[in-house]
Amino acid sequence: MAIVGVGHSKFGERRDVNLPELGFEAAKPAFEDANLWPNDIDFLSVGTAGGWYEEVLPAVVVSEYLGLSGKGLVRCEAACASGSAAVATACNMIVSGQSDVAMAIGIEKMTEIDVMTAVELIGRAGYYTWEFHNFGMTFPGYYALYATQHMKKFGTTEQHLAQVAVKNHKYGAMNSDAHLQRAISVDDVLSSRVVAWPLKLYDCCPMSDGAAAVILASEDKAKSLTDSPVWIEGIGISSDTANVSKRPDFVGLRATVAASEKAFKKANVSVDQIDVADVHDCFTIAEILAYEDLGFCKKGEGPRMIEEGQTDIGGKIPINVDGGLIAKGHPIGATGTSMIVGLTRQLRKQGGKSQAPIKNGLALAHNVGGTGHYCYVTILRS
Amino acid sequence: MALSPPVRRLKSRPVTFIFEIPTDRLTEFWNGLEKGKVYASKCSKCGNISFPPIADCSRCLNSGLEWIELQGDGEIETFTHIVIRPASFQSHPTYTVAVAKMKEGVKVLAWLVGAKLGNVKVGAKVKLAARESEEGPTYAFTLVED
Repeated sequence: MAIVGVGHSKFGERRDVNLPELGFEAAKPAFEDANLWPNDIDFLSVGTAGGWYEEVLPAVVVSEYLGLSGKGLVRCEAACASGSAAVATACNMIVSGQSDVAMAIGIEKMTEIDVMTAVELIGRAGYYTWEFHNFGMTFPGYYALYATQHMKKFGTTEQHLAQVAVKNHKYGAMNSDAHLQRAISVDDVLSSRVVAWPLKLYDCCPMSDGAAAVILASEDKAKSLTDSPVWIEGIGISSDTANVSKRPDFVGLRATVAASEKAFKKANVSVDQIDVADVHDCFTIAEILAYEDLGFCKKGEGPRMIEEGQTDIGGKIPINVDGGLIAKGHPIGATGTSMIVGLTRQLRKQGGKSQAPIKNGLALAHNVGGTGHYCYVTILRS
Repeated sequence: MALSPPVRRLKSRPVTFIFEIPTDRLTEFWNGLEKGKVYASKCSKCGNISFPPIADCSRCLNSGLEWIELQGDGEIETFTHIVIRPASFQSHPTYTVAVAKMKEGVKVLAWLVGAKLGNVKVGAKVKLAARESEEGPTYAFTLVED
């Protein structure tokens, strides 16, 4: 199946709009891009983690607001990978013949509650009983456990981590939809306050509101709708233990390794053919883990990739040229669909100032839920 | 200069959730903590040792278990010092969370208490012990050499 329309809201603290209004901001341009009306869509999947906004049935509310009441509808939750789960679900509806044209929308509003309650809710996104109740784990804390062991084992430094934030902020400054559109320096990162040692404020993605929408169509339908479809070549899905203490080590995410192997196999492509990628950089260490776990380099060589600029435009593999989660923002459920929107534009060569060179017409989206609790890898081809 | 109109936002009706989490199937674990013991579970059929303990074996699907008392000797695999704390931990000072591999083979995630920050290192020897907190029974590490 193919992507025939994409739309993206402005990410940021969007206190000016409510949940469905934010969804509309992403869906309307997707309809326009596909030259379709709501009535042409027969299925909607809504990726959202929820819990920090007022609606309990967000999919129903968004669906009504988009004029899609009566269509097939499901809400997908895979933590920070909920958006990719919505894309995968819409794809499956098309592959199974139950839908010809489906929309996947990822959406989150995280700033309607106070920050520390949001920190609380995300901290519970592991195993509440065993890791939160008595020990108050936080999302940065979880990734800090990985950073600490990676630093010990491979000599990764806080400077290496800072370089990831600097790169992604540089591209964020070129993305008018990004939450943070300001270039920063390594010193800015190193001097920012500690959140969960060794991670500091600029090592972390902001809490953002946002939505992104993707319209998918069957092969025949896509060919009749557009001259420039972007094909979904393969999706790989994996997961890992809820208790991080049950994992063998803290230098990589097994779910990423497994999901990417499945996606590459399904798409019948190898990692070195990928032209551009979005990887799940909720924290700087997460981007370094992703380089290694996806196979862009060997385990332990991630710090060198960032140090040598191999993941910049002009490097071996441009990564997160939309600003990544760190600068673009990470509205939990919207991130997966946002990656697909950004990469579709890259493959269509609509990337503007941050357009990566496209040689093979292949892009990869790597969307992690929680701390490797879920992983979705999606491979796109122009 | 025209002033922008005041922002009007609807304040939602407040709701408080307090979940009552059953512990019946792992009563011995929580009772053990009160007696100063930290137990792992061992499947009575396949011998699978688990921490945190499990009442149902995810390996062989058996529901019988035995209890193994952890002696408490472990080594830090990784750790973090948590500074920005969740809403319900605001009254606690910053805390250190460590994952240690225990002599019995299982790993435990818990607070590392009473340590000088500079002495907390990957590979450091720790002792795990049951402990009482304001919220009830728990367990924590201390550094063997601090």
